[in-house]
Amino acid sequence: MRDYAWSLRKSFQGEILAVPGTAIAFFFLLFLFFVPVITSNPYTLRILIFASIYAIYAASWDFLSGFTGQVNFGHAVFFGVGAYATALLNLKLGLPPAASIPFGALFAVLTGLIVGIPALRLRGHYLALVTLAFPIMLTGIVLAFPNFTGGELGLYGISPLSGSRVVTYYIALVVMIASVLILWKLTDAKSTFVRTGVILHAIREDEITARASGINTTKYKLLAFCVSGFFAGIAGGLSAHFLQIAGPSNLTLFFSFQPIIWTIFGGITTIYGPVTGVYILYPLMEILRGVIPQFRTLIFALIVIFVLLFMPQGLTSWFRDKIEVECPRCKLTNVATRQYCRACNAPLHVEQRLEQR
Amino acid sequence: MFANILINGAITAGIYALLALGFSLIFGVAKIINLAHTAFYMLAAYFIFTFAYYLGLNAPLSATASIIITTAIGVGTYKLVIERIREHETAVLMITIALALVFQESILLAFGSHFRSAPSFISGHVELLGVSVSIQHILTFGVVLACLLGIWILLSKTKLGIAIRAVAQDREIANLVGINVGTMCLITMAIAVALAAVAGAMVAPIWTIQPHMWMRPLVMVLAVVVLGGLGSLKGSFVAAFILGYTVTLVVFLFPTVSFVKEAVALAIMVAVLLIRPEGLFGVAFEEERL
Repeated sequence: MRDYAWSLRKSFQGEILAVPGTAIAFFFLLFLFFVPVITSNPYTLRILIFASIYAIYAASWDFLSGFTGQVNFGHAVFFGVGAYATALLNLKLGLPPAASIPFGALFAVLTGLIVGIPALRLRGHYLALVTLAFPIMLTGIVLAFPNFTGGELGLYGISPLSGSRVVTYYIALVVMIASVLILWKLTDAKSTFVRTGVILHAIREDEITARASGINTTKYKLLAFCVSGFFAGIAGGLSAHFLQIAGPSNLTLFFSFQPIIWTIFGGITTIYGPVTGVYILYPLMEILRGVIPQFRTLIFALIVIFVLLFMPQGLTSWFRDKIEVECPRCKLTNVATRQYCRACNAPLHVEQRLEQR
Repeated sequence: MFANILINGAITAGIYALLALGFSLIFGVAKIINLAHTAFYMLAAYFIFTFAYYLGLNAPLSATASIIITTAIGVGTYKLVIERIREHETAVLMITIALALVFQESILLAFGSHFRSAPSFISGHVELLGVSVSIQHILTFGVVLACLLGIWILLSKTKLGIAIRAVAQDREIANLVGINVGTMCLITMAIAVALAAVAGAMVAPIWTIQPHMWMRPLVMVLAVVVLGGLGSLKGSFVAAFILGYTVTLVVFLFPTVSFVKEAVALAIMVAVLLIRPEGLFGVAFEEERL
């Protein structure tokens, strides 16, 4: 038992604290856990709850589009189906949030299958533009059956996620961390016991070669659609129970573009990138809403343009290049300020030295 | 009723064709999916409104001025913003959406969200197939047809058109035979934005002008372009007429549920793509265009 604790402590020091990227992520999560201790302002907590929900949403987009390369322009359809299914299960069958959110997400998985089937025949730009159609078609269906879906106003009177704002905050935070960790593990190409990471990378890089290597690409692409749909559906369900309303505003074109903007801002194909993007951009937008509401969207768009012009790989990738360096011999990640690798003592920054010479 | 559908459908389809043609052209030549394309259409409509009401210019003059200014803005944004990150495909998508938002918000700040409308170029009505049609509508359709014909002649007969098509087919080989690929992309961008501006100027007197007017046409243009086959100009033209008439039919036959018109058009697009994944006139290997 003591040995295990000791090895845990060692790996904590060696894997998390020694690498600046993971250290920042760890302390940021720690900070999020202590936010309700610092402030109990319901407005601050509301912003952070939404940031958690949207972090799941953006990360699920990155899983499908960043890792598997199936660029989805209609991600709102999963969020919307999750929200509507959760709302209907809660209102018509009286299921509590703990049951209605997962079952609602299963409907989003079903949607993932429906969207995924045309995706098997389409590639690249065609796929991106076709997926755009699904939330708009769903909006048409929602508005055509107002008795069942609430029409323009949406469904309201959904039971709240919990009695108090602080408990709701912790529910959203824990669900977010669990979802992001699962997505991160599923996309980890170096993992030895989950093979999906390397397979999804292979499908994105070259689908024909992946198929020639014996990978059932059809199965894995559908799997990517289902997993992504599931987590976006969870986000939708959380949002429906938190707001106590599920309406067609979850299906707009702009809401489909939101996760893409967050992900590309934070850094695509990383999972932590979209989470970073949401936690920076979403609170920033809410602050701007309070200060200069009429310039809000303009500033948002200008920030996106400047980030893309100067760091097209996204914020986290740009920042990691500045603070981390990979050892040329043993491939271990080091702090950029070190001169020699912390494990094998090989000199880092070799290329820079050659350039200086 | 039938004549109404025929005439209104032709105008809607013509506007979609004009927008889709420019979108398809810039995608085919520079491989840019320009989601700000319909924002230029919105800009042109607002410029014509400004010139007509605030400066008191007459309609043809303000239309010409608005097309020139919009094209200049389009070329400027291409040079300053889009060209620098052309290699990053997803980044281009996002930056064009951000540009569209910048245009929308600037217009919103300058003009507010009121519904506006520009003065007609010509007044008067004629009797056509038993319905009274304003000459403005006929003029719109005529200008659309003239533009489509002009683009067709430009691309198939002139040296510039052949150079543009060469870049669309193979950038590297086009570069090897001495075509300046960068300049061709810039010229194509100018043509595409000018087409969008013409569409905007032509709808300004007949449809309402408001800062969000670019979103719905954007969806329709994407549907048209995908249905016709990405990069295929003939496909865009045919698909524009299919979807333009679909939308008009839905509006006229089921006026109570006219808000599903986009959903119906998109459902047709998805259904066709399930049978023909490369679109109606798209070529699987993208070897042939026009």
